[in-house]
Amino acid sequence: MEMNLFRKTRSLEDKIDSFFDKFSEISVIYRLAVRVYLREGLNEEFQSRLEKVNSLESEADHLRRNIEKQLYSNMLIPDSRANVLELIERVDELMSQFEGSLWAFANESPDIPDEYRTGYKRLTNMVIRATDELALSGRAFFRNPDQVPAYNHKVMLYEKEADIITTKLKRAIFDSNLELAHKLHLREFIEQIDGIADLAEDVADRLSIYAIQRLV
Amino acid sequence: MDPLVLIFLSSGLFLGWALGANDAANVFGTAVGTKMVSWRTAAIVCSIFVILGAVVSGSGTSQTLGKLGAISTLAGAFMTALSAAVAVYSMTKSGMPVSTSQAIVGAIIGWNLFSGKATDLNVLSKILMTWVLCPVLAAGIAVTLYQSFKFFSKRMTVHMIRADAYIRIALILAGAFGAYSLGANNIANVVGVFIPAQPFPSVMMGTYEITSTQQLFLLGGLAIAIGVFTYSRGVMMTIGDSLGRLSPIGAFITVMSHSIVLFVFASRGLEAWLAQQGLPTIPLVPVSSSQAVVGAIVGISILQGSDAIRWIVLGRIIAGWVATPFVAGIICFIGLFFLQNVFGLAVK
Repeated sequence: MEMNLFRKTRSLEDKIDSFFDKFSEISVIYRLAVRVYLREGLNEEFQSRLEKVNSLESEADHLRRNIEKQLYSNMLIPDSRANVLELIERVDELMSQFEGSLWAFANESPDIPDEYRTGYKRLTNMVIRATDELALSGRAFFRNPDQVPAYNHKVMLYEKEADIITTKLKRAIFDSNLELAHKLHLREFIEQIDGIADLAEDVADRLSIYAIQRLV
Repeated sequence: MDPLVLIFLSSGLFLGWALGANDAANVFGTAVGTKMVSWRTAAIVCSIFVILGAVVSGSGTSQTLGKLGAISTLAGAFMTALSAAVAVYSMTKSGMPVSTSQAIVGAIIGWNLFSGKATDLNVLSKILMTWVLCPVLAAGIAVTLYQSFKFFSKRMTVHMIRADAYIRIALILAGAFGAYSLGANNIANVVGVFIPAQPFPSVMMGTYEITSTQQLFLLGGLAIAIGVFTYSRGVMMTIGDSLGRLSPIGAFITVMSHSIVLFVFASRGLEAWLAQQGLPTIPLVPVSSSQAVVGAIVGISILQGSDAIRWIVLGRIIAGWVATPFVAGIICFIGLFFLQNVFGLAVK
């Protein structure tokens, strides 16, 4: 019985680790894809990055379902199960948002003037920093909940920086002589990228509470 | 064997059944209630270890009860156990927290009073002292275990899922230890009063002799096990809620503290070791398993700075300490009067 219990445990641990690996990978590839788009527009490399994010997101979805099924069918972690399921679902939502943002680039191919490209690049970098810290925080929640607040603090910090960049970029765009439709289109993409950091902050907020509950 | 013996023993076996039905929940209730351990596993482990504890280590506490009142007739022992059982049943019905240990002591004093035998005040004061000491000690042990757990868990990075598996195994081991300690400590309540009457002849198994006392312990252990299997499920399922919200770790610490306390008050080995070291020994006295659990939970609550200590519950426990022995003693006195004067049985 014990061997069986540990085998199941090991397999679930691996799935959770693998789920967070997918999340980290998606954020790295998202950043590379946006950089390619800003540099060269829609090309083969962007397309292959998009496909990669697409397949990673599907794999993560599959893992999420598996984790949920195993947690319920084996009645594991009764006191933290609801929190873990919520965390996994919210992180999955973040991955979908990454994917959605890249699809928007692919479908709408926004025309980003040269002078704003650095702003988009900086915004993307800041958003990725926030999600990277969230990935560390999520992993820490399972192994070392004491460290969660430190990572979450950085998530908040990067999210605020992303907001500052967003505001500056929007102002610069709306102060320009571009067509209103063009301005609105550019704003839409800024909000999409920044929205990822906002969601990361929401998840971090919840994670802070879950970690306190674990420590108690 | 005289069938009358079994009729006389029935009151003790009923008490054993009630003990199994109720006190098994103190050992495995939270683990089963929180679905960390299945009821089937809990019942099997609990039954095996309760019988082992009774047969292997039950003699210490039985001897103390024997010193309090050596009931030499089966009819007297029957009424003593019956009055304890009736006291437990009626007080449980009226919602009072009750302990078989306190009921049996009250009943023995009732027998002493009826038969005109002096109660050994030295033994009685030892027993009374342990009743107060039991929850206090459980609280102290729970605080120590909780602090140690916090200290080590901060230094170890075990995955939450792996930790869950460890806690499940720890809960089963702690439950086994708890059941062993419950059998060792509380078997005296069930059959202790029948020991002086020696109702069974010794049985030889090869070169090994099974004494009347050991047969009584085995029978009492079986009665407790039957109580576990037939009636403890519902109690186990609800105990988690009634004891308040406990995490699996909290449940483990509670069961361990309870088990250590019951073991300490039942272990002859520990008593001998302490005496060997020139340290004061711990009296071997049947204590209340429920009060040990409540003591442990109060200890954890104090440590967590919770203001949710249920003073009303504590007040009721103290009222139970006072009321249970009195009720059992009075019932026993009246019952013995009837047995002797109406049924013409020798009770002393």
